[in-house]
Amino acid sequence: MYKKNECVAMLLAGGQGSRLGVLTKYIAKPAVPYGGKYRIIDFPLSNCVNSGIYTVGVLTQYQPLELNDYIGNGQPWDLDRMSGGVHMLSPYQQIKGSEWYKGTANAIYQNINFIDRYDPEYVIILSGDHIYKMDYSKMLAFHKEKKADCTIAMLEVPWDEASRFGLMLVNDDGAITEFEEKPKNPRSNKASMGVYTFTWSKLKEYLLADEATQGSSNDFGKDLIPSMHKNGERLFAYPFDGYWKDVGTIDSLWEANLDLLNPKVDLDLSDNSWRIFSNSPAAPPHYISADADVQNSMIAGGCEIEGQVDFSVLFANVKVEKNAVIRDSIVMPGTVIKAGAVVQYAIVAENAVVEENAVIGERPEAMENLADWGVAVVGSGVRIGRGAKVPPTAMIDSDIEGAE
Amino acid sequence: MRANNVFGLVYSNSYDSALSELTNLRTMGSVPFGGRYRLIDFALSNMVNCGISTVGVITKSNYRSLMDHLGTGKPWDLSRKRAGMFILPPFLSAGSGGVYHNRIEALHGSLGFISRSNEEYVVICDSNVICNLDFDKLLDAHDQTGADITIAYKHGNAPKLNDMMTFTTDDSGRITAAALHQHGAIDVDYSLNIYVMRKALLERLINEAVGLSRNDFEQDIIRRNVDSLKIFGYKPQGVARTIDGLQSYYDISMELLNSVNRNALFTPERPIYTKLRDDMPAIYGLGSNVKNCLVADGCIIDGEVENCVLFRRVRIAKGAKVKNSIIMQDSFIGENTELNCVITDKSAVIKPGKTLSGAENFPVFVGKGIVI
Repeated sequence: MYKKNECVAMLLAGGQGSRLGVLTKYIAKPAVPYGGKYRIIDFPLSNCVNSGIYTVGVLTQYQPLELNDYIGNGQPWDLDRMSGGVHMLSPYQQIKGSEWYKGTANAIYQNINFIDRYDPEYVIILSGDHIYKMDYSKMLAFHKEKKADCTIAMLEVPWDEASRFGLMLVNDDGAITEFEEKPKNPRSNKASMGVYTFTWSKLKEYLLADEATQGSSNDFGKDLIPSMHKNGERLFAYPFDGYWKDVGTIDSLWEANLDLLNPKVDLDLSDNSWRIFSNSPAAPPHYISADADVQNSMIAGGCEIEGQVDFSVLFANVKVEKNAVIRDSIVMPGTVIKAGAVVQYAIVAENAVVEENAVIGERPEAMENLADWGVAVVGSGVRIGRGAKVPPTAMIDSDIEGAE
Repeated sequence: MRANNVFGLVYSNSYDSALSELTNLRTMGSVPFGGRYRLIDFALSNMVNCGISTVGVITKSNYRSLMDHLGTGKPWDLSRKRAGMFILPPFLSAGSGGVYHNRIEALHGSLGFISRSNEEYVVICDSNVICNLDFDKLLDAHDQTGADITIAYKHGNAPKLNDMMTFTTDDSGRITAAALHQHGAIDVDYSLNIYVMRKALLERLINEAVGLSRNDFEQDIIRRNVDSLKIFGYKPQGVARTIDGLQSYYDISMELLNSVNRNALFTPERPIYTKLRDDMPAIYGLGSNVKNCLVADGCIIDGEVENCVLFRRVRIAKGAKVKNSIIMQDSFIGENTELNCVITDKSAVIKPGKTLSGAENFPVFVGKGIVI
């Protein structure tokens, strides 16, 4: 017998995140490191526990090893519970055969049994690729107040960016009247954040119907929600006001990290009332040597800094040797930047080694043609040889010989 | 020797009075150290890193902060069904008077735990010794010499603590003579107060001593038995520094700014574990100037900091100049302050514009939560 839960959260974490290239070669997107000591999934998980939701199903499919290992029994997020807690849900074999999660809705469909165990009134669907702090309990209260069948969290985005998002037209009481998926000429700037609250009985009904529909792509945004809308179910938009960022691309991941250094950005990780929990290794405090020069940066435990660090985010146990320069960059755990190397406008993944005098990335000012400029990426475990150069926008996933 | 046949005992109140500034409101074991640790983390981590999975923590007084820090023992992987961590507070029963006055009383009060444990051997540690030692080697040495008791020692100037034991050893390593000092001694082999022995021997020695109203562990259990028991010294590789007062606390903290010392204490092979706080990584503001510092998570630094140890969540405001200081967790150093050779306890506040200055051989101490 399982204890009844009012609300269960389902976290979609199976995506490959192919636009992150080498960063997601061996790990799923939600496991990508972010913000010096976190991984992307820490945000939705911490939001859940801070919102009082202690039953979370994490749907995994692509490269789950690292993610499974990271989540473990959920203890770092207080999700090791007597009843509920965090559950890793991978596709499994059934009597009628086995299939992968075909789409976001199908992933939930295949886990109807998991949800039914807790007999919830409501289910919250989250995705593992957004950075934001949100109180889901407020959204749930809104959902109840509106007697909605489905509530979609909505963010007002700048008009000139609106065409990149799935948009909603909303009337005065918050009811959604129309959807627009990445339109050329947006009529609304109210974007969906990919956070949904459903009344479980309704969602289950539509999941079953969607599964039976020939040709459906089994996706929440493309199939299930439009179908609910068509049938006149009560769809509402819950306005969210705060920092929210989709970190699905290299540029947005880079930006989202550096946002932490911008005091104007509304994402305070030092707020004790809404802490972001993470599974962090035992590392001593970091050390800044007498030769180092650190400005406007975020530095995690275990780092040894002897070089220059400017406007960058350094994860745990990064070593920066003398006369090395890191600016406008993200350096993930365990990476070594040797003497005289320059890392600029770049993301260097875990346990990479950048040998002496190598240069990674380029400053936009130094480009002849700005259109060719972009963030350079070095994959995990890669060794960049002495004096080698990694051009902007490059994605390096194997060792590069030295140029000296 | 198999480490799963050994249990640990840690004194959390060892030499509290030597560091009265920091132990006024807490135990020696819960004194903050090295940016994010408490002193007891070192003894516990050394034990678990060699595979010991049963540890008793002997407490005497002021142990609220210690309980808060240790919790269920989870950070040291000591929250277990089989074995784990046991907190041993003073035991009031007929024949014993509650709060312990010395090591023998403390051990006697903990006899219930000691005799109940299934392990054959025991390692006993103090918490004022900051160390990262390979306890496996210590256990092996105990096995190989066939000693009844093995005591880890170090060569150098003995700490100025009560009953600090110094040894003379013969070629085999056996201790042939032991002396007790109160005011330190120069160039000697002094005890690190890390003992290995059979559990049965410990029980016998305690019961004997209590029966004869003897109450001095070093004098009555070790020194008195130098001839009758095979007591061996063991000189471990690795760091071991004993805190004997605020000055040595300051000096040993500052030694961490040297990479040789730091890397010896924080080796990746034997990590030092501590309670997690889920602070964000440290943020350095534009115009901050930090040189030769150890900085923990959660700090926000906008001022100038040189030769300092900053604990978790310390704020250094713009225009502040902090040098040669130890700033403990949650302290706030206001704008345009100047600090030199200062130790602030937790949550101290130095208001804007204030100046505090001590000397390297006389650091100024600012108590917990004090606002200046």
